[in-house]
Amino acid sequence: MRLELRGITKRFGTFTANDSIDLTVEAGEIHCLLGENGAGKSTLMNVLYGLYRAEEGEILLDGKTRHFASPGDAMRSGIGMVHQHFMLIPVFTVAENVLLGHERRLGGIQGARKKVKELSERFGFDIDPDALVQDLAVGVQQRVEIIKALSLDAGVLVFDEPTAVLTPQETDELMEVMRQLRDEGTAIVFITHKLREVRAVADKITVIRLGKIVGTAESTASSAELASLMVGRSVSLNVEKGDAELTDNALAVKNLTVLDKVGHKVVNDVSFSVRGGEVLCVAGVQGNGQTELTETLIGLLKAENGTISLNGTELTGKSVREVLDAGVGFVPEDRKVDGLVAEFTVAENIMLDRYIGAPFVKGATIDFATRDEFAEQAKKDYDVRAQSIHSPASSLSGGNQQKVVLARELGRELDLFVASQPTRGLDVGSIEFVHKQIILTRDSGIPVIVVSTELDEVVGLADRIAVMYRGGIVGIVPADTDREDLGIMMAGELPKHLQPAAEEVEA
Amino acid sequence: MTNTPAQNSAQLTEHEAGVPEQEVHLERVQVRKWRPAVALTSLTIVAFVLTVGFGNDESTVFRFARPNDFFLLPDLTLGVRVVGIVATGIMAVISAFAIMRTIQRQKVWGWLYIVFGALFIIDFLTWAAAGKSFSFTDLMIASVGLAVPLIFGAMGGVISERSGIVNIAIEAQLLSGAFSGALVASITGSLTAGLIGAMAAGMLVSFVLAAFAVRYLVEQVIVGVVLNVLVVGLTGFFYSTVMSENPELNSSGRLPRLPIPGLSQIPIIGPTFFSQTIIVYLMYAAVIIITIAMFNSTWGLRTRALGEHPLAADTVGIRVRRWRFWNVSLAGAIAGLGGAYFTLDQTGQFTKEMTGGLGYIALAAVIFGKWHPLKATFAALLFGFARALEQTLSAAGSQVPSELLLMLPYIITILAVTGFIGLSKAPAASGKPYAKQ
Repeated sequence: MRLELRGITKRFGTFTANDSIDLTVEAGEIHCLLGENGAGKSTLMNVLYGLYRAEEGEILLDGKTRHFASPGDAMRSGIGMVHQHFMLIPVFTVAENVLLGHERRLGGIQGARKKVKELSERFGFDIDPDALVQDLAVGVQQRVEIIKALSLDAGVLVFDEPTAVLTPQETDELMEVMRQLRDEGTAIVFITHKLREVRAVADKITVIRLGKIVGTAESTASSAELASLMVGRSVSLNVEKGDAELTDNALAVKNLTVLDKVGHKVVNDVSFSVRGGEVLCVAGVQGNGQTELTETLIGLLKAENGTISLNGTELTGKSVREVLDAGVGFVPEDRKVDGLVAEFTVAENIMLDRYIGAPFVKGATIDFATRDEFAEQAKKDYDVRAQSIHSPASSLSGGNQQKVVLARELGRELDLFVASQPTRGLDVGSIEFVHKQIILTRDSGIPVIVVSTELDEVVGLADRIAVMYRGGIVGIVPADTDREDLGIMMAGELPKHLQPAAEEVEA
Repeated sequence: MTNTPAQNSAQLTEHEAGVPEQEVHLERVQVRKWRPAVALTSLTIVAFVLTVGFGNDESTVFRFARPNDFFLLPDLTLGVRVVGIVATGIMAVISAFAIMRTIQRQKVWGWLYIVFGALFIIDFLTWAAAGKSFSFTDLMIASVGLAVPLIFGAMGGVISERSGIVNIAIEAQLLSGAFSGALVASITGSLTAGLIGAMAAGMLVSFVLAAFAVRYLVEQVIVGVVLNVLVVGLTGFFYSTVMSENPELNSSGRLPRLPIPGLSQIPIIGPTFFSQTIIVYLMYAAVIIITIAMFNSTWGLRTRALGEHPLAADTVGIRVRRWRFWNVSLAGAIAGLGGAYFTLDQTGQFTKEMTGGLGYIALAAVIFGKWHPLKATFAALLFGFARALEQTLSAAGSQVPSELLLMLPYIITILAVTGFIGLSKAPAASGKPYAKQ
């Protein structure tokens, strides 16, 4: 099926998310839509899928104009979508998820089970139609999404940032599926911001920036070319840092185990230490205990077992306040929910965790002059692009919000810095800035822990890499470890040839 | 510590950019949950103090037989002290066993709770009615009777919450059903018309709830509470003006009892379940149909999807708001029918605020029943039983002050909701408005 978008314009209030976009995807072609976070890729696809109504423009399938009032219309016309946030109902079985919305067309639950088995066989997926989706691993859930889209014989298939949750090996397998679909004549739109993947699989590349198409490229284009097209200026793809100069300061975590409400070991017997002057990156597929590990370090979760000590001082079982006072800086992974109070001003957010005593609080009142002076300085130092320090945090872009969080957390004397997903959803400029701040913090001689699911970021920042899987640490390996090997570790296995290296750096 | 295999999943938080909700297989240990063991132990102590400590040497006579039964069950005479010692003894053993299992991080078997509950009730009844004669069958009949509106209300609650709308307005739906049932039946002279009128009135309340909650995305709990207050005011106003001036508008009469031949003559069970009015038989049908449909039909699949993940439902072409609107309306009609029970089955006329907050107890039954129609029905029956205890014991002339017995249903509600049900998970999207760009 041939897909053609003509002059699509979508506005949210005064903000134009898509500005007269033209795009043609031929049958049997993988067309990459490349752009930064917030460039308007997902909005465009939601317009195509009938979730959003475009103000202007038209959609053509095989040359015929179509109007999609709802996703149901789009699906009936042969458009399938593998969503960035899986559109699966966790408490339903695979077959029920596939069946939902197309009960008659698929012929009831038995028809859906048959369809799941049939497609699962065709693509070499090993999926039980009666398994509950919540019991499946993320990679498998994504395959359920693919089956869901294919069960209606989609002629156009959109993959929206599908690799964000996959290990490198799973990513390779996904690309193989995409190629197989292409060869069968499906038109594929692949949305991503990862240059490596684009170059591996794309037949054509269209780059989108700030809601506009800024150019097309061949898959032979270099990463640097694609990056500069995507960002609009030349960017350095590497993090610049010198060798680690280790100090005696150290965080030591021993046999840490954390349970969730129903008894799952979300952190399972984890031990590691981080010396001052080095960055320990915690890698792994999202949801393997990284979040809980950082939240336990900061005192938000209670450890069932094990100890945490910083420079010899015990932190286990301490309250968050006590941990902060011990000199721990923390960047939470969800800045809009945990990092900031969106309705508060920039200045208020910068003093959020310093509501006791000097320098901002005298007696029972806030010393606004001191606070504003500090906030102005931080705004300058951290290049926070806000109208003023009295603008609400919600009016800032993601990158500037993260700078406010960094300004707060790095704005006091630290003995340990923990950053969880510090660059998730940020534009390239902000990512560079955040990385620079993290390296500066490391070079000031304190231990730094960075949790990230982006392998590029892990490899760029780390002095050592700890890979987590199902709550445990698979191994701690040097920063120059091969990506393939890291991928294997993310699936829970420590390759034999890495074991000596792992033992050495763990010591 | 015992580790069970890693067949379970942990649900972790969803984030704004890049990564969807995650499920990962993790090792699992049984968490020590002290609440059940503590609850059992406290109940044992209470039972011991009351029935042994304040016990006496009198006996209680339990009567089971009704005149129409196939055969007449003999009366049962129980000594207060004997029952007290034996029952609390076994209860103490069960409590000790529960404590041991908890320490070993193992689950306490469900049937033990049932045994414990039965012992507690027998012990309590024997003591409370000491020296008197007491009809157990009457207690059962009263339990079902008092549970009927609760079950209808709970069915309305389950349907509504499963499709993602919190239905605090059950109380309003019951009360408007009671009012309109009486009014319509009085005007038309037809009790069937009264039933339809009651359903229409419950639905009308739902229209308002649905319009505000689904269309205008107003906080659902607030709309529900406002509706409850509004309906109390409206029905109270019409009752004290129109109805008191024209008593013929409030004299619907009562539905006839329709004993089912054969079934109604089984001792205890017959008079309790099969000698009822059409409303109660409709209730049986409603519970069965809703339970089957919720888990085996297209309607049920879509309804559950709406309550768990409306966006996912939208992306497969289900019109979320339209479905929610009609489901909430259906829920209102069912609750309205429950309201008709007050007037058309029980009293034959409307009185001010006659539902007396039972809508809220129905909501508690929804939660206690974990949003499952059948379990919610059993929860409603339990609440009905607690209220029936008060009525039958007072009537039998119990030594326990009736004011204390009046508290019983609420004490059971609190115990049930805090002590035994453990982690109860609502439909993920219940109460969250669904806004579309």
